[in-house]
Amino acid sequence: MKKAFPILGVLTAILLIYALYMALVWAPTERTMGNVQRIFYYHVPSAWTAFILFFVNFVASVVYLIKRRPAADIVALVSAEVGVVFCTVVLVTGPIWARPVWGIWWTWDMRLTSTLVLWLIYVSYLFLRRFSSSGQTPALAAALAVLGALCVPFVYFSIWFFRTQHPQPVMGGGGSIDPRMLHVLLINWLAFSCFAFLVCWSRYRLEKLQRDVDHAHASASLLDPRGSGR
Amino acid sequence: MSAPTGITRATLLKDLRLEWRSKDAINSMLFFSLLVVVVFSFSFDPSAEESRQIAGGLIWVAFLFAAVVALNQTWARELRNQVLDAYRVSPAPANSLFIAKTLGNFIFVTVLEALMTPLFIVFYRLRALGPAWQLLLVAVLGTWALVVNGTFFAAMSLRTRSREIMLPLLLFPISIPALLAMVQSTTAILNGEGARFWIVLLVTYDLVFTTVCLLLFETVLNAE
Amino acid sequence: MTETEPVVTVSNLIKQFGRFAALRGVTAEFFGGKLYAILGDNGAGKTTLLRTLAGLNQPSSGEVTILGSSKFHDICQQVGYMAHPSLLYDEMSGMENLDYFARLYGITSSTRGAEVIRAVILSVGLDPDLVRPVGQYSQGMRQRMSLARALLNDPKILLLDEPFSNVDTHSATEMVRLLARTRDQGKTIFIVTHQASLLEHAADEFVWMESGKIVGRTRELKRPASSGETAR
Repeated sequence: MKKAFPILGVLTAILLIYALYMALVWAPTERTMGNVQRIFYYHVPSAWTAFILFFVNFVASVVYLIKRRPAADIVALVSAEVGVVFCTVVLVTGPIWARPVWGIWWTWDMRLTSTLVLWLIYVSYLFLRRFSSSGQTPALAAALAVLGALCVPFVYFSIWFFRTQHPQPVMGGGGSIDPRMLHVLLINWLAFSCFAFLVCWSRYRLEKLQRDVDHAHASASLLDPRGSGR
Repeated sequence: MSAPTGITRATLLKDLRLEWRSKDAINSMLFFSLLVVVVFSFSFDPSAEESRQIAGGLIWVAFLFAAVVALNQTWARELRNQVLDAYRVSPAPANSLFIAKTLGNFIFVTVLEALMTPLFIVFYRLRALGPAWQLLLVAVLGTWALVVNGTFFAAMSLRTRSREIMLPLLLFPISIPALLAMVQSTTAILNGEGARFWIVLLVTYDLVFTTVCLLLFETVLNAE
Repeated sequence: MTETEPVVTVSNLIKQFGRFAALRGVTAEFFGGKLYAILGDNGAGKTTLLRTLAGLNQPSSGEVTILGSSKFHDICQQVGYMAHPSLLYDEMSGMENLDYFARLYGITSSTRGAEVIRAVILSVGLDPDLVRPVGQYSQGMRQRMSLARALLNDPKILLLDEPFSNVDTHSATEMVRLLARTRDQGKTIFIVTHQASLLEHAADEFVWMESGKIVGRTRELKRPASSGETAR
């Protein structure tokens, strides 16, 4: 396992560089928006990656609720954290894109708005994890994750209908997409996914290590109560 | 199945009786609701035509604030003297407690809404161009959506630090689709437009979240 | 319940809160019809042990078997729990409180509930017709009403955590007398207390705890030799 990490790291770095080249150089320039449009290759794959990570969080939470496996809880935590990061990327690249193109910082575009709500839901999840005391956190967080995940279809449906009633500037991907752009999009998505996987793996190991240390302390305090502290 | 429903009814009646006896809580809540309406009226000038157009949104935000304050209160009572332990130790099912608390909160919040609505109508000179009974339906569905999740998250926040802030922190994001539906449908009905999509969304939302909260409540109650 | 089978068995019970181990491997057997006094300093794990027995805590590891079952839910009808907070609603009277809690155990007006409740309130030496809300009771009265609540379902096992705390001597002696009578009827009683002298003659066994373990069990109120201190 340990050897695979650096290898995957190198591969991911290469993939990211390649994807960057494709996005900034190889991809055709968009007709109306010009080069600013290239941020699309970061904006969209980040959203897709965040979505996958939140789905992983949902599955891990369900597994935890049924089987109570600590590993599932760590996966849930990790996927939520990294998912929020990618979500933040979407929310930051959105305004960066919108400003030069439409002259406004924010548009209630369907993807951007839905991502905002998703971001809010999973940030509240992270707050719950931080504010509850250690024994109960996994169960409570898993329950919240299930509710949050079930909320997602409602978020998309409601915002979709709202947008069709109140049309807003649409950010990219409206109609059909040039196949070369799609190609670059998918490559970037692959690169981002690999990167996300690496970060998650790294964070997983970190968290597992932290928990093992706590466990060792707890076991030590079983033998000698005077040496323990809360 | 009479035992669990009997327990639900007994718990609900007990809560209503306790609420009635601690009149301080009810009075302060009612006054708070009044204050919210007045503050909104100063912030969003009722004489302006635009304000009347967003009245649908304003009233639901006001309801949301009142609901959060009410929700925080009702579980607090179970923590005094650790009474919740007495329930947990008994054979009574966790879901009976959840349903009783949710119904109690629903009644409580509805009372607050019943106070705030006439004030809003009067201050903002609202008139429904669409069928008024639909407004009632939206009120019931929307209030239930807030209350069922609110009761669940209030119970969850009992097990956290900063209990009072955790409830709105958890409740608001997940309530956004329902809030959108409540506001849009209210505005649509007031303007005489169709609100069918939003009402269907609310019904589905209520069904899904009530079911899942019921399934997960025992986990939350016994997390220790 | 035969004398030979234990009603409560605890096997290597460990309970940890984060890095702090409240129970560090408790193993013991407890038999029916006995009154056990659980003693020890603060932080010894007495309350944690009692709450684990009451099903309010999940053990980190180890097993708890009560009346032959390891799942608390199966036997909760047979267990009564009382703690230092009253576990009662301050704004309701004694009867109203007990009427509600009786329902949780399936005791309703259709099953002669009112009689049962009145009898239990009388047995703790209180007046069932008192309409004063429990919040206005003295501590002694409140603890006695709390004990009545724990006795509602006629439990085979009673778990009491600091029942005599801040209670006047008269109420405390009344409670001890009642508990001894209950024990004589064949119930098993566990009492965690700092006021061991109250139970000097009533308790069948004193269970001494220290730092999350049972360090000794004595028939008399005398701390086991290993700790090097005499009883208070």
